[in-house]
Amino acid sequence: MEGIQLDRADPDFKKQLAGQPGGEKISACFMCRTCTASCPITAVNDAFNPLRIIRMALYGLKEEVLHSDFIWLCSSCYACQERCPQGVSITEFMTLLKNLAAKAGKMPAGIRAQRDIIKGEGRIYPLDDFDNKKRGKVGLPPIPTSCSMIKNLFPSE
Amino acid sequence: MKYAFFLGCTIPARSRNYELSARKVAEKLGIELVDVDAFMCCGFPIKASDHHAAEVMGAYNIALAQREGLDICVLCSSCASQLTEVAHQLSTDVTARKRMNAELSRVGLEVEGGVNVRHLARVLLEEVGAEDLAGQFVKNLSDLKTAVHYGCHYLKPSEIYAGFDAVEDPKSLETLVALTGATVIDYPGKKRCCGGPVLPVDETVALSVAKEKLDDVVEAGANAMCLVCPFCSVMYDGNQKSIESEFETRYGLPVLYLTQILGLAMGFGRKELGLNMNVVKTKDLLSKYFEKE
Repeated sequence: MEGIQLDRADPDFKKQLAGQPGGEKISACFMCRTCTASCPITAVNDAFNPLRIIRMALYGLKEEVLHSDFIWLCSSCYACQERCPQGVSITEFMTLLKNLAAKAGKMPAGIRAQRDIIKGEGRIYPLDDFDNKKRGKVGLPPIPTSCSMIKNLFPSE
Repeated sequence: MKYAFFLGCTIPARSRNYELSARKVAEKLGIELVDVDAFMCCGFPIKASDHHAAEVMGAYNIALAQREGLDICVLCSSCASQLTEVAHQLSTDVTARKRMNAELSRVGLEVEGGVNVRHLARVLLEEVGAEDLAGQFVKNLSDLKTAVHYGCHYLKPSEIYAGFDAVEDPKSLETLVALTGATVIDYPGKKRCCGGPVLPVDETVALSVAKEKLDDVVEAGANAMCLVCPFCSVMYDGNQKSIESEFETRYGLPVLYLTQILGLAMGFGRKELGLNMNVVKTKDLLSKYFEKE
């Protein structure tokens, strides 16, 4: 793993994060590594390391964090958040980082596709008449095949 | 016991076996599940990219249930977590409620606090109760050696679930499965995530996480897994073959929904419970329970 380069740090990043849901308490982190030890993703791929991500954010490494691939490896399982002795909402913090990255246009293709299909169709797996035929065959009621309300809910999309 | 039945996206499209068995079990126990046509995605899958949109979608669904005067019953743990979180916010945070209602006004809806969201497993334990549930059983499933998988969002984040079960030492699913006479197999990684949410980001990482649990479960001597979430099923049942080929291993481990196990004990047939739709074949494991078919 590469060392952390501090020369490009943005000292205001920490304050920006602290003002948003999930970022309020990250400064309380005292580096005990309970999060990393509890993480099922770190266990199979140490490119994802919650403690390291929190430290990078606190150091102000905004670009390195928000442009990284690794923040997207968080499975949002809450193992870290439930165990953090300092009460840091680590899972919500990871969601905040992902949201900021997405707002800046940086997100994995699979996540972008999920967002677009949900905002377009109102469902992640849109159903068609063939699905309803299969449902009917086993005695399940039909499900509407379109969701017009989603366009009213998000008119600008 | 009457609930607005929130199916979410994955179940009606990909987990009809879960839906079928859940409807059968609920009907047998006198739980009325009301279908609400206008429900949309709970918002969970969009939370990573757009937390605000996820919140609005959750509030929209809760507003529909409120209009019907009903609490919500879900089968999917991600839907449980997302809708419970938004319901919790609506009940405790006036600013958040105003923010959500400003968005909902575009579709002519308004939402207040007070709608409860319950996973069906929780309804079975807290509303039906162990005694009445077991009272419906006609078969003893003593040959099943079942490893239960809680998954994550069925219990977490704990702050929104108002004391339901213990995150670090959960018991609810073991309690329900044990009522059928099945043996509950404990195993080391019981609380581990299925890896599902990482699937659209990095398939190898997601499958590696799922593999660890399959290894633990088989090593502990289980002959079946019990799940309460359709996305966990995508990982352990739907992707079990992919994991076997990617890691050159072999499990052949049947993966059952809790409602299929309970329905089996209630005497429902194989097709009534959708057991023919499980990806890993369940026939050999369950043949003795269906001698007459």
